[in-house]
Amino acid sequence: MGHLIPPSIMPFVLPVVYAVVIVAVLPLLAGYIVLMERKVMADMQARLGPMRVGPHGLLQPIADAVKLLLKEDIIPDKADRLMFWFAPLVSVTMALLAYSALAIGPAFQIADLNIGLLFILAVSSLGIYGIVLGGWASNSHYSLLGALRSAAQLVSYETAAGLALISVLLLAGSLSMKDIVQAQSDQGVWFGFSVPFGFFIYLVGSIAETNRAPFDLPEAESELVAGYMTEYSGFRWSLYFLAEYANMVIVAGIATTLFLGGWLRPGARYHEHIPGTGIEWLDALPALLTLGVALYSLSLAPKQPVKIQKIVMVLVAVLCLGVAGILAGALFAPPAVMQGIHGAFWFMAKVFAYIYAFLWIRFTFPRYRFDQLMRLGWRFLIPLALVNVIGVGVAIVLRQQLAWGPIVSLIPTTLGTLGVAMFLAKDDAPTVAAHLVDGE
Amino acid sequence: MQTLNQALFIFFAVLAVASAILMVTRRNIVHSAVFLITTLLSTAGIFLLLEAEFLFIVQIILYVGGIMVLFVFVIMLVNLDVSMRQVQFNRQWFVAGALSLVLALQFLFAIWVGRGALHLHGTDMQIAPKNTEAVADALFSHYMLPFEIASILLLVAMIGAVVMAKRRVG
Repeated sequence: MGHLIPPSIMPFVLPVVYAVVIVAVLPLLAGYIVLMERKVMADMQARLGPMRVGPHGLLQPIADAVKLLLKEDIIPDKADRLMFWFAPLVSVTMALLAYSALAIGPAFQIADLNIGLLFILAVSSLGIYGIVLGGWASNSHYSLLGALRSAAQLVSYETAAGLALISVLLLAGSLSMKDIVQAQSDQGVWFGFSVPFGFFIYLVGSIAETNRAPFDLPEAESELVAGYMTEYSGFRWSLYFLAEYANMVIVAGIATTLFLGGWLRPGARYHEHIPGTGIEWLDALPALLTLGVALYSLSLAPKQPVKIQKIVMVLVAVLCLGVAGILAGALFAPPAVMQGIHGAFWFMAKVFAYIYAFLWIRFTFPRYRFDQLMRLGWRFLIPLALVNVIGVGVAIVLRQQLAWGPIVSLIPTTLGTLGVAMFLAKDDAPTVAAHLVDGE
Repeated sequence: MQTLNQALFIFFAVLAVASAILMVTRRNIVHSAVFLITTLLSTAGIFLLLEAEFLFIVQIILYVGGIMVLFVFVIMLVNLDVSMRQVQFNRQWFVAGALSLVLALQFLFAIWVGRGALHLHGTDMQIAPKNTEAVADALFSHYMLPFEIASILLLVAMIGAVVMAKRRVG
């Protein structure tokens, strides 16, 4: 390959390939997260969910996409045309741009910036302009109110989530996504376990930042029709939708990298080999899992009612078999290749676990009222995050001065933050009651 | 590489100046805000070209991601139809002209004083790669006192804002 491409542009080739892959795959991924959401929701409500298009609704996202693209594109008469056209683009561009610093495994990263985390935060916070300008340009009260709520919510929860991230940065001592994962590998513990309150605050903050239930007030159907998206339809609407799901993957990716050990395998210190080979048991797990999924879908194929659905089911099985083959083949490849492929597998597995938690929370909790949302953000999460950051600072001093271990030194911090959390929660209850009595 | 950098600089510089001009000439205040954002972003781009990536990211996070969101938030609450019909520009040519002249002289003086730095001798590529740490080092060792004074000023302003907001409710 080296002699085909001039050396001056060689360093740009691989990043461009990754970027093209991400831009091409992400809409598909977003579609399937929607399907996953509908299936999980159906499961939690004891229904079946989409079953018609493809076996178990597996082709539903493609049908949805085609429908969206064929819909009429409407721009309201009194809308600010330029802004109306521009706003969804801002949302989707910023969401996609954030992927350039995300490290999906040790080998797959477009750019390893030494301000990586700050870059992702900055770019994803710019996505708010898409929502705010879109809501304003629609020239509709529902849209404007949705946009205003969105801006207020984002500014409030970004502070808490940012402070939660700082507690991890103190431990990792770097802003580069790769170095943060490396620090977790060196210290032998995922930061989610050593600073559980940081993780908790980030989890709540990230749900609020992506405007998802129970914090989906910017698009609360029962109050604001569809919030900032009310006047949008067809392709523009689907751009907003894509941005929303891309942002979900981004926050899940940040949480995975900072709190869940990024691409590190669970039990990274456990090195039990399969007898007679140089392969570790835990490394064989991904291949066996995907093989299991392949066999399961193969066993489901004869039970499908229509012939075309049987064929699709077999195709799904073949796809899983292929993935299993790649994962198994990686075991015999050089360590760098194996790390890259398995790292990507574990990273994606953790991202989807985090997204599953999002969906679970969505279908479990009722929506907050707007004043409750603000009170939770400013009077509970932000003070808690501040205490947590100070506690982590203390833990680092303990580690440096008294040579305490990476886990032991953080136990006082966690207990202290827990105490503050209980105090804040207790303090908050009478205030809420008083406001309710006032008829607020 | 040099020409690419130059092309990028010209791009960002033109974008910054053009959107700054557009910002003050638009009648629609939301459009003005958008052009202000573009100006801030292209200035950030110039910081990045100078390999000051921490400054670049702080400019985006603080100004574009924080302050401008609040600006836009407030603008949304303004009744645009009314404000667009009002006269928005004072026509006091004399005062404006005098002030601009003073400002221009100030700029010229600053350039004249710093003229020695205008000779661009190839950028020093051996700049420390960890920009963030260099900024932190400078702030917390050499410029400790001014940094703390600024922090206290900001804290006072914040508490003052809270107190003023509370008084109006009570």
